[in-house]
Amino acid sequence: MTPRRTPADLVRAVPGPAFEIRLDGRPLTALPGQSVAAALWAAGVLSWRTTRRGGRPRGAFCGIGSCFDCLATINGRPNQRACLVPARPGDAVTTQEGHGRADLTV
Amino acid sequence: MIVVGAGVVGAACAYYAARSGLSVAVVDRGPVAGGTTGAGEGNLLVSDKEPGPELALALLSTRLWRDLAAELPPEIEYETKGGLVVASDEPGMAALRAFRAAQERAGVRSDCLPADRLRDAEPHLAPGLAGGVLYPQDAQVQPALAAAHLLRASGARLHLGAEVTAVLRGPGDAVRGVRTPRGDLLAPAVVNATGTWAGRLAALAGVTVPVLPRRGVVLVTEPLPRVVRRKVYAADYVADVASGSAALQTSAVVEGTPAGPVLIGASRERIGFDRTLSVGVLRRLAAQAAALFPVLAGVQVLRTYQGFRPYLPDHLPAIGPDPRLPGLLHACGHEGAGIGLAPATGRLIAAALTGAPAPLDARPFRPERFAGGAGEG
Repeated sequence: MTPRRTPADLVRAVPGPAFEIRLDGRPLTALPGQSVAAALWAAGVLSWRTTRRGGRPRGAFCGIGSCFDCLATINGRPNQRACLVPARPGDAVTTQEGHGRADLTV
Repeated sequence: MIVVGAGVVGAACAYYAARSGLSVAVVDRGPVAGGTTGAGEGNLLVSDKEPGPELALALLSTRLWRDLAAELPPEIEYETKGGLVVASDEPGMAALRAFRAAQERAGVRSDCLPADRLRDAEPHLAPGLAGGVLYPQDAQVQPALAAAHLLRASGARLHLGAEVTAVLRGPGDAVRGVRTPRGDLLAPAVVNATGTWAGRLAALAGVTVPVLPRRGVVLVTEPLPRVVRRKVYAADYVADVASGSAALQTSAVVEGTPAGPVLIGASRERIGFDRTLSVGVLRRLAAQAAALFPVLAGVQVLRTYQGFRPYLPDHLPAIGPDPRLPGLLHACGHEGAGIGLAPATGRLIAAALTGAPAPLDARPFRPERFAGGAGEG
């Protein structure tokens, strides 16, 4: 059986040292140059938002910044496109409920 | 009859003409709501109009939209959310009170809100405003869906993606139809509902209607909870609407939508059909909106869109038969108020075609009133 190849293998990438980010407090490993979405996918996480009306799970769909499906709350800021935001050491990603702006409700 | 233009005005003309028993075809070079209708916010406003012919048209339309909302599906997003006009200082508030009093005599309902009650109405409004006026008759629809459902309900035959290349004449020079690349459409009446492009269709028919484009930009924020309940705008918007200047004018017009995003307008500039994105205009609108609602300063704008309002030099639309060419009617030039004024326009056109009494005095909207060089361009 052929060993499973990762995207990094495919492009023969030699990334710098891994670092830690957190999803809802849980530590995950990310590599320099990875987007937040890529780091979450690499950790086996496929969903990090629920829809505004039906509360259904959402994660990365287009992966190129067009569809706004992969929105996440990153370091307290809601509605960040996880596929475009580079992962940085210590990032705190929070599963986003709906519009992520419940604090503004009046 | 043939309606040229599948925007909301053309759709309303088709709807009321079909209900009067006429057989209707609608032709457009593009899709439904592909022009100014699709670039609007869908406001049905009486608050920004001074007493006069346009306000009379708006008040009739307000009643007609309420009836339409009962007949058309909920997807048109008809909302009687009301408008709130705010003044930043006491002289502005005094002017607003005088404006409101004149409107009240013309049939507009409103309530004055002192400064300390503004935030009961809109909790996120900036502190320090002098007061405001609440207009319960102001409403909103989703304009593209409203046009589409009006067209569907009319039962009119649709010819989309078919540009009119000629207005056909028959015996006695009267209009007998239009030519498109897909064939001729024949009817004894042709309604010019081509909005900002109405001058071109009029020229094909050999008459002048001096419609000019007046560009506007709208900012769309990320979806939010209902931080803005009504349509809220600064009192200087009314002066901007009434101005004939070609120069850039901006005043904050802010409203929430059922879908979540907040829409931010309104800019006006006469620069032809130039679609070049102006960052300066976006910056001014964003700053003015954040001054009105400080919470918006921390909110992202996802996208912007722009459109070209059909501007006539006296700010009134052209509605009715063109005496210069039998069989040609106009329903165009509604500037930034076309969504709101569409139903009354449709009723006037249907009445003109069937000989029924007009629902209001249509003389101020005579399409030939600019003959003799009153127009520009």
